[in-house]
Amino acid sequence: MAGFHKGLGLLALLAMMAALYAIFVLAPVELTMGIVQKIFYFHVASAWVGFLAIYLVCFCSLRFLRKRDQQWDIRAASAAEVGAVFLTLNLVSGPIWAKPVWGIWWTWDARLTTTFVLWLIYMGYLMLRRLVESPEQRARLSAVVSIFGAVNALVVYMANRWWRTQHPQPVIAGGEDSGLHPDMWLALSVTLLAFALLFFCLWKMGCDLERSRESVESLRRTAQRHLREVR
Amino acid sequence: MKFWSQTAAILMKDLLTEYRTKDVLTSMLLFGLLVILMFNFAFEPDSEEIRTFGPGLLWMTFIFAGLLGMNRSFSGEKENDALEGLMLSPVNWSSIYLGKMLANLLFLLLAEAIILCLFSLLFNYGIWPRIGWMAAITFLGTLGFASVGTLLAAVSANTRMSEVMLPVLLVPLVLPVILSVVLATAANFAQPPEEPVMFFWMQVLAAYDIIFVTLPLMTFDYVLEK
Repeated sequence: MAGFHKGLGLLALLAMMAALYAIFVLAPVELTMGIVQKIFYFHVASAWVGFLAIYLVCFCSLRFLRKRDQQWDIRAASAAEVGAVFLTLNLVSGPIWAKPVWGIWWTWDARLTTTFVLWLIYMGYLMLRRLVESPEQRARLSAVVSIFGAVNALVVYMANRWWRTQHPQPVIAGGEDSGLHPDMWLALSVTLLAFALLFFCLWKMGCDLERSRESVESLRRTAQRHLREVR
Repeated sequence: MKFWSQTAAILMKDLLTEYRTKDVLTSMLLFGLLVILMFNFAFEPDSEEIRTFGPGLLWMTFIFAGLLGMNRSFSGEKENDALEGLMLSPVNWSSIYLGKMLANLLFLLLAEAIILCLFSLLFNYGIWPRIGWMAAITFLGTLGFASVGTLLAAVSANTRMSEVMLPVLLVPLVLPVILSVVLATAANFAQPPEEPVMFFWMQVLAAYDIIFVTLPLMTFDYVLEK
């Protein structure tokens, strides 16, 4: 398993370096926004990964409810933790970009609100996991909450679209005049690949960490039992 | 048929408990009054400001009072292991959910009706000409809120610090309800009323209700199971 980690980690590192090269050397500097627009690549990639992670959490939770295998619960929990980190990255990089471009750190616009709500759902999910004692019950309850979270993320997204937006109209797959410079596309794709690899690497590591934690816990219990017998 | 009579039995049980103790309604109403009182001192609103902030404030009051009330619906059952008794009784677990959800819905609607009257009285807020539409909007909004809230109340009753867990889980999940219900209420009470806007948000509410009444029915068994 450790070899798999290292391989995935190395791949993520290489992809990240390629992404940096593509962003800062290949992709042209945006005309009106200037150099600050380079945040775009990280900002968008972390949002996509963060949003997709909630569906991964939901998928793993559904598998758990069906199979009753604690491994699926560990996968869901770890995906939620890493997804929350990526979404936090997105929420932090957004204002840094918005301040010079829009002149404000934050606005209650559709996509910001959607992301913020999803982030709160992640936090609720992770907090719930800390507050339930029995592992089996924790897995069940948090699985149910994650299903609600995933469905709700979709509803919030739609509700907000009808509401108001300050974000540009969809640049990717938008109207006729929309679109990115080909080199920008390349940079974005490479960044996305790097972030996805990083996500899977961290996810795997999180799962293994949780498994080690469990085996330490059971070893500790065995040791205590033996100690009691010796006394 | 059996499902509905079981649901009715659970509903009657909750109504009877409430009739004897009056815990939930009293606390919701008092809390609602406190929010209105604080609002008055925090903003000292004139009639124009009441027009602008009224719908939002009204729903803030409803939501907070509702959180308070729904917290009780399962934590009360934890005392004396009453929930175990319910689970052992020969009823479909979905009817436990549905009965409790309907009880919560009734308590919430009753509290909201009283708070709305008091609000209109205290702030001279004219609701009577548009009361029919307001009732429809309130019903749609409260249904979504109560259906997700009842399920999450069952989830949070199993945690340490359940009073905190319910709002933390519930508020982000009912955000679409809060958003559309406030906009629909504002459109309803606008001068003149903006009916197309109101209908649009009522449709969003109805869609939300359909999704989030079905989903708890599908998942509630997983919450209870031991």
